[in-house]
Amino acid sequence: MPDSSTARSRILASIRMSLGAASTADSIAAEYGTIARHYNRSSAAEEHALLDLFTDRLLEYDAGVHRSSREGIAATVAEILGLRAKHNIAVPAGIPATWLPAGFGFAVADTWSKDQLDKVEGTLSACSVAIAETGTIVLQNCPGQGPRSLSLVPDYFLCVVLAEQIVATVPEAFDRILATSTLPTTFISGPSATADIEMTRIKGVHGPRFLDVILAT
Amino acid sequence: MSEVHENQWNRRDFPEAARDLLQNSQTRKNVQHATNVIQAKRNKVVAELPDWEDLREAGAQIRAHTLRHLDHYLTQFEENCTLAGGHVHWASDAEDARRIILGLVQQHDAKEVIKIKTMTSEEVGLNAHLEAHGIQPIETDLAELIIQMGKDRPSHFVAPALHVNRAQVRDLFQREMHLQELGDRPEDLTDAARTYLREKYLRIKIAISGGNFLIADTGGMCIVESEGNGRMCLTLPDVLIAIVGIEKVIPRYRDLEVFLQTLPRSATGERMNPYNSTWCGAHPGDGPKEFHIVLLDNGRSPILADKEARQTLQCIRCAACLNACPVYHQTGGHAYESVYAGPIGAILTPQLQSMKEGRSLPYASSLCGACYQVCPVKINIPEVLIHLRGKVVQQDQATLSGKLSLWNIGMQAAAFLFADASRLAMAERIGQVAQGPLVSKNGFIEWMPLMLSGWTQTRDLKAMPAQSFRDWWTKEKAPQSNGKQPNA
Repeated sequence: MPDSSTARSRILASIRMSLGAASTADSIAAEYGTIARHYNRSSAAEEHALLDLFTDRLLEYDAGVHRSSREGIAATVAEILGLRAKHNIAVPAGIPATWLPAGFGFAVADTWSKDQLDKVEGTLSACSVAIAETGTIVLQNCPGQGPRSLSLVPDYFLCVVLAEQIVATVPEAFDRILATSTLPTTFISGPSATADIEMTRIKGVHGPRFLDVILAT
Repeated sequence: MSEVHENQWNRRDFPEAARDLLQNSQTRKNVQHATNVIQAKRNKVVAELPDWEDLREAGAQIRAHTLRHLDHYLTQFEENCTLAGGHVHWASDAEDARRIILGLVQQHDAKEVIKIKTMTSEEVGLNAHLEAHGIQPIETDLAELIIQMGKDRPSHFVAPALHVNRAQVRDLFQREMHLQELGDRPEDLTDAARTYLREKYLRIKIAISGGNFLIADTGGMCIVESEGNGRMCLTLPDVLIAIVGIEKVIPRYRDLEVFLQTLPRSATGERMNPYNSTWCGAHPGDGPKEFHIVLLDNGRSPILADKEARQTLQCIRCAACLNACPVYHQTGGHAYESVYAGPIGAILTPQLQSMKEGRSLPYASSLCGACYQVCPVKINIPEVLIHLRGKVVQQDQATLSGKLSLWNIGMQAAAFLFADASRLAMAERIGQVAQGPLVSKNGFIEWMPLMLSGWTQTRDLKAMPAQSFRDWWTKEKAPQSNGKQPNA
């Protein structure tokens, strides 16, 4: 291991010399508290308006959106996988068994290697919170969502979002995940994309090229 | 060693490099198309947010607060990252950073590494250093891959290959990926990159990344991207090494609620980019077993001492100022001969090098202020540009040759004349006579001598009128103003 402790003290000394006298942790925390945050934290929109906005955003990203009742999730999953002609699906540990229809190959894949994941047709997972204004789904490493590679390596991702998980704004989403902020967390807004060639947005580069979302009310 | 890598930039002054690039009409067309498209998208999604100005203000205050207490937040980050199983390294300069990273790669006997786009890697000349030691770095961001395969240089932080068009990319990919056939639709090119890189994601054991934000209160990191190449690199390999500038820290996880709104809208004109990842250190059963972070100073800490210029380090690298800049729009990024191009590059580059290099960059601006207007963290770039121009002049005046240069003598003379009304009046009268031989029949001056020639090279100068405003005023209005000069 290269020793960087000399560099560490040199850099910190240089910063302190540039900044002058150091402040105490308390005074820094107090100053942090004075930062002006007049931006919108929340929205007064009602649940059905949020669902509509979230749906519009997802459609704009070229994701598929399917409404379902809470009891009908398994049937909706079966219908979508049928349409997509997918059979072997990876799932995280802790996914509700009631979401999994019969007649498909669901396998718990939390400990799979990347090569195994590369061979499966898709992944089904829950989420932590969703943001209507930006069409974003937030996944964390916890039961029902699993490690990050699950929603990354397979070419198809199907996510179940419960109506009460949808918030309007980005700050509201942070309110929800603050307590678990040290978990590996991924914000997903549409299928992977690039605009590197002549600024044309192309769906599907390295992450899943196809994204479907079930909105369960 | 450090000389070799860093000298690929800053070879020429801006006006000289820009003159060449302005001759390349294909590049200019590509750059203008790209910046127009991003600008239009950015303006649309920014206009959607009624609280945009509040978000800018909050972002500016968070970044300024962090810089005022940078030592505190860096050590807090270090402590929390270490607790989460990460290894924190400190690099004073580019050479330190290269040595640390090479050492880590060699420790794992790796011959190849996959990379997420990182400006800091470019800043320290990492790729050339790894190659010189028999390690092949593979860029995975589509634009960076285009740059690497074309042995080109990035010209924009967000879309480094925006100066290249699809036909150029097709030819490059076909040659470098040994493909018999390849279409030139963006879909074809993207597919080719997907297939080419997937095998590498699955096989290569070390990844190198930059970082958008270091989060002090969790010891975590945030990477913002579009393609999923970032997620592949920071999830699949056994070892992840991130190289990040010391200024990139933010106090709390919660602060991302501001930057994850302003960064994507400013950078790519999206409400949210496809993927943002946050994580802390090494998480058992999810992602790399080993996480290293190299905190890079490389000329940043001295910038903090300059209270007017310190705001330069607030930058979150969205590149909105590049897209908005009328100068960048014409020249593209390469004219800046610097890792960091555009308005932010014009203030960052010379400061990172203690004003020894890139001294023409603070002048590469018309001071129109478009960059300040779009900046999501409110860096007053025109103010800093003028401040740095002052520094360049002071540096010159400190040397004998600078003191005796025509510029300095001319400027000192001008300062002397402008400081006093009667001196200025006399100079005007002399000018009216002396300009005689230079004035063409059309009443314009088309050529001026010495350093004044810079003005008339590309435009004509209207000759001074026979009667100055001052003379006219004295003659027409003086009686009503009690014989006093209006500005006396």
